[in-house]
Amino acid sequence: MRRIISVLLENEPGALSRVVGLFSQRNYNIETLTVAPTEDETLSRLTVTTTGSDKVIEQITKQLNKLIEVVKLVDLTEGAHIERELMLVKLKATGSQRAEIKRTVDIFRGQIVDVTSSVYTVQLAGNSEKLDGFIQAVGTSGILEVVRTGVSGIARGEKVLSL
Amino acid sequence: MELLSGAEMLIRSLKDEGIEYIYGYPGGAALHIYDALFRQDEVKHILVRHEQAAVHMADGYARATGKPGTVLVTSGPGATNTITGIATAFMDSIPMVVLCGQVASTLIGEDAFQETDMLGVSRPVVKHNLSVRHPEEIPEVIRKAYYIAATGRPGPVVVDIPKDMTAPNERFEYSYPKKVKLRSYNPAVRGHAGQIKKAVDMLMAAKRPVIYAGGGVILGKASSQLTELTRALGFPITNTLMGIGCYPATDKQHIGWLGMHGTYEANMAMHHSDLILCVGARFDDRVTNATEKFCPGARIIHIDIDPASISKTIDADVPIVGPVDAVLKEMISLVKESKEKPDADALASWWKQIEEWRAFHGMRYETSPDVIKPQEVVEMLWKLTNGDAFVTSDVGQHQMFAAQYYKFDKPNRWINSGGLGTMGFGLPAAMGIKLTHPDHEVLCFTGEGSIQMNIQELSTCKQYDLPVKIINLNNQALGMVKQWQDMNYESRHAESYMESLPDFIKLAEAYGHVGVRIDRKEDLEPKLKEVLAMKDKLVFVDIYVDRFEHVYPMQVARGSMKDMWLSKTERV
Repeated sequence: MRRIISVLLENEPGALSRVVGLFSQRNYNIETLTVAPTEDETLSRLTVTTTGSDKVIEQITKQLNKLIEVVKLVDLTEGAHIERELMLVKLKATGSQRAEIKRTVDIFRGQIVDVTSSVYTVQLAGNSEKLDGFIQAVGTSGILEVVRTGVSGIARGEKVLSL
Repeated sequence: MELLSGAEMLIRSLKDEGIEYIYGYPGGAALHIYDALFRQDEVKHILVRHEQAAVHMADGYARATGKPGTVLVTSGPGATNTITGIATAFMDSIPMVVLCGQVASTLIGEDAFQETDMLGVSRPVVKHNLSVRHPEEIPEVIRKAYYIAATGRPGPVVVDIPKDMTAPNERFEYSYPKKVKLRSYNPAVRGHAGQIKKAVDMLMAAKRPVIYAGGGVILGKASSQLTELTRALGFPITNTLMGIGCYPATDKQHIGWLGMHGTYEANMAMHHSDLILCVGARFDDRVTNATEKFCPGARIIHIDIDPASISKTIDADVPIVGPVDAVLKEMISLVKESKEKPDADALASWWKQIEEWRAFHGMRYETSPDVIKPQEVVEMLWKLTNGDAFVTSDVGQHQMFAAQYYKFDKPNRWINSGGLGTMGFGLPAAMGIKLTHPDHEVLCFTGEGSIQMNIQELSTCKQYDLPVKIINLNNQALGMVKQWQDMNYESRHAESYMESLPDFIKLAEAYGHVGVRIDRKEDLEPKLKEVLAMKDKLVFVDIYVDRFEHVYPMQVARGSMKDMWLSKTERV
């Protein structure tokens, strides 16, 4: 099952490589990984999406917690949560394609953020399925380049991940 | 306040941490540190002949004393040579700090001479690693390193020290921190009371219980609590290879150690139990055999300081995270207060069954009128040393024979590389013990394969006068490899024979020690007595043993705990 694990990590050199190393050492999957500093400059927030049986996920969270630089973590998929991913897509856009792409972008509530005579660059945010859906809708033949940030997530309601 | 250079602060920090000995080898990036070491005489340095041995020495010291060991090496090859030793300590959760020189911070990343990314190389095999980024941080980094190494589930910690951090011309105010603050590292100090209560209720209701104890009991200094609880309950107890000595092996409630080469009765009792109380063990594959066939009727209580050890391979019904001594203490008081008592009738018939298993096989081997059996060497040394020696071993058949036939009644006496299985561990580990226990007998059981993996340390033994007794069970083959080839590869002995073995007697003499060869059965006892009488000499005892002996019992691969070979021909 797919899980989103969100981690508060000491903002120190080497901390990220310990997390990434753990996944490869113990043969766990990483599907996406995002990391950036938080409003507290001593902390980074890292979000990793992974798949595995409940037993594997339990081991992943326990092993992550064992890392000295991991301050706190939560499995967001255990409760109601919001997940977002940002995607930039460069598409071939000439002739009648231009209007068609514009319509599709509007349906997906994306934005065209850069335009040339033959290329549109589209920005789209949402959950991963929505981004997958957009790629399917425009078709891979028109796609020149795709870049995705990976998933970031946050719990719904009052629940917060903080010290 | 005193002004000290980075190197001086480092050595002073070690002294303030209570470190008496460090084991190491100098080199370019560590020279400022070695100079500071030279100019004081409180922290003593032991110069090994290979850095791997320095780590095993520190490891042997740590296992025998329960205190963290300390290693000092230079960058590059000095640091990478420690990796096998660090991995050995990591697998067995041994507290240790490894201080590594590094090229100057201005050169890092430029492929400088003797530069290796030691933080990267060591990362998978350390509990944690730290680097010094400013010289004034040194006391705090050292305090943190020992704190992390020795608390919670212990383990090795590497500290990477760029050469410019220890420069002699820059001086700083020195003070050693009393406490460390680590917001993200808070090992459990006690177990969950509700879970402990639940566990005790289950213990009282059990019909066929077994206590299964591991190295965590020794690391957690909880042998006396374990012994008290076991006696209060009257349950059979087995332990892992790493747990040997956590409960007296000669006691009647002890049913031997379990797993791949464990006793018949311990493996049978585990398989047929209805309740397993696991204390500081981790259901390792050398214990469980095939996990899907593991102890089908047993419910499991698992006590461990490391939550990640619980339900990793075998699911626990009642997990208890906490230090084993504190958890066992609470259990003892609950057992004593409890109105319920263990089910005496059920226990009596359970013990009757176990005694039948013990009588059916137990620990036994066939003797021969003329060939020396490796097992009888171990048994004889057990008797001649009154079961009170510190015993280290290398890895292979001799390790299993030593663990099976030397009966340990005390913790911290059986010292071996159980998790990683590191050949070459035994001699340096014995040296680390002898250094701090000069009045105790220290035996190193080894084989002609293993001993050659760190034999250069005979030179260190001479320099520091370390009269350990090396018991080389010489079967002229890599015995365990050969055994597996006999059993699984139709006796095709691929590369498991060593041609051109050295004359170990002359070799020992060349290093300034005594060598004794024993190849006749009638010489065994008198010569071993002579060896043990040479109190102040290192004696290399080269004993020619049966070349065809196998270690039994041996669990059948991919079977359950109860599926065992009891000899070359008997399978149950």
